[in-house]
Amino acid sequence: MSAFETFLEGAVRTATPLGFAALGETVAERSGIINIGLEGAIIAGAFGGFVAAGTGSIWIGFAGAMTAGIAVALVFAFFAIQMRADQIITGTAISLLCLGLTATLYQQVYGATGAALTIPTMGSTNLPLLSSIPVFGRALFAQPAITYLLYAIIPIVWWWMYHTHEGLGLRATGEDPRAAVAAGVHARRFQLLSVLFGGAMGGIAGGVLVIAQAGSFAEGMSAGRGFIAIAIVVLGRWHPLGVAAAALIFGAASALQYFFQALGWPVPYQLFLALPYILTLCGLAGIAGKAVAPASLGRWPDQV
Amino acid sequence: MGAELALFADSLVRSTPLIIAGLAVALAFRGGVFNIGAEGQLLVGAIAATTVSLAGSDVLGRFIVVVSLISAALAGAVWAGIAAELRRRFHVLEIISTIMLNFVAIYLVSFLVRGPLQESTHIYPQTESLAASARLPLLIPGTRLHMGFAVAVAIAALLSWVFRKTAAGFRIRATGASPLAALTAGKIDINKTSFLVFLFSGALAGIAGGIEVTGVTFALYENLSPGYGYTAIAVALIAGLSPLGIIGSGIFFGVLETGAIALQREFGVPSSLASVVEAIFILGALTLAAMKGRRISGFTAAR
Repeated sequence: MSAFETFLEGAVRTATPLGFAALGETVAERSGIINIGLEGAIIAGAFGGFVAAGTGSIWIGFAGAMTAGIAVALVFAFFAIQMRADQIITGTAISLLCLGLTATLYQQVYGATGAALTIPTMGSTNLPLLSSIPVFGRALFAQPAITYLLYAIIPIVWWWMYHTHEGLGLRATGEDPRAAVAAGVHARRFQLLSVLFGGAMGGIAGGVLVIAQAGSFAEGMSAGRGFIAIAIVVLGRWHPLGVAAAALIFGAASALQYFFQALGWPVPYQLFLALPYILTLCGLAGIAGKAVAPASLGRWPDQV
Repeated sequence: MGAELALFADSLVRSTPLIIAGLAVALAFRGGVFNIGAEGQLLVGAIAATTVSLAGSDVLGRFIVVVSLISAALAGAVWAGIAAELRRRFHVLEIISTIMLNFVAIYLVSFLVRGPLQESTHIYPQTESLAASARLPLLIPGTRLHMGFAVAVAIAALLSWVFRKTAAGFRIRATGASPLAALTAGKIDINKTSFLVFLFSGALAGIAGGIEVTGVTFALYENLSPGYGYTAIAVALIAGLSPLGIIGSGIFFGVLETGAIALQREFGVPSSLASVVEAIFILGALTLAAMKGRRISGFTAAR
């Protein structure tokens, strides 16, 4: 593979967990809920996936990852939707809780030196014909099977959001809960279900890290991906297709390091590690005035 | 006696950055600025304090500690200023920008201690140690408790006075409580107020980093902060954003974390359990507030 192909492959690989997490967060935010606890759902998903994949089955692993993500989202939903507690503070606490809890459980269950533990990992599946397209073929279509699931979910979410009655109800809830409720929309139910969907996607993102990439669990391995995913949602302007594109751009920024390493350029590696965050800041400034958040994002009217 | 005193002193040492960064968070939240970037601002403060201390300890003599803490404050303010400017000019949510800047600061420290600021033997990923003259004096001789703790308490008292007795404090609280009312009824320049609040919040977090370097670590290295800036959010919230209350909650978390480290050493209980307890306290505080019908809020005010 050429350096450029390696770069493209790395871009898609890095973008996959971010894409799952950001797509789920997009749905949640379109219902008016910003879930900063996404970081917690990802690390919980990674741990859940690790434990469940220990049974020997990759798909049970992903089911475990998803279940863990949903469980975390349920806790968030209890405080943020049921109690109407501040979403940002709740989310911060949930992330702290999950990072601490997974680290504690991991040390208790697997000991401080659990590095030797291995689980089955998901290799890449070459899609016939598609993977032999020049330049882009291998990058897009010689990935782990879970990546193809993401390819399928993106258009489904887009279609659902913009072309179904329920999708309209979701967007109405995010813009103006009061009006939505007056029009007979079950606003709270939409918010609950979309937060749970976001948790499931965040959990799968964690599962991807463990099962399709690292092959083991490490404390704090989510490494801020939940926060990056939230930035990606803004960069993608809360639109499923825009978010998918933003995730890919972000993946490309992260994968630049493979490209420069291959070329042998003596650039400090920390620059590449920091680059995605710097680019996000520039991107957020660049879309100023063009991105319009759902009107009720992060708050709930006093009386509904 | 000696062991208990040492453990008590260690707890106060641990609580010092938590109190100061907690005050940084409280100042921001009170003023309607959702600064989650105390961690990054603390780290650049540590970078500035280290750099100045190493460069200037021969020239400045006894004043070096003061100068390095001032540069830590400036560095923290500049780092927060990036997010403040992005918010003012481009309406970038500071919740996201400050978190991004936290990660950039972490990698900046990593680059510096493995690159230009690495100690002269180039073996360890850390800077040279600070000269004795560049270190904070001890508060209780024979323990590790340094003057930084007294500084933390003094800043808390100062901030409490600013909030309760000064016009600036009123403007901050009014802007945070209801930006629209502050603008229309109070004729308060809310953009300027929140911008300045952001800078001062960053300066406080920077001082926390400077004090950690000059009082505890005496050098810059990766993982200098075990997430002080994030714990500070819990510290501030549990105190209900009250500066004097933060002294109490800061000490509480200091004891908790020092105890967790001791438990890990003695009994092998993972110290990460401390962050679980912290998270449960935040959720508990939210529940209590919700039951009293009073919402602790950052996001609503921040918009």
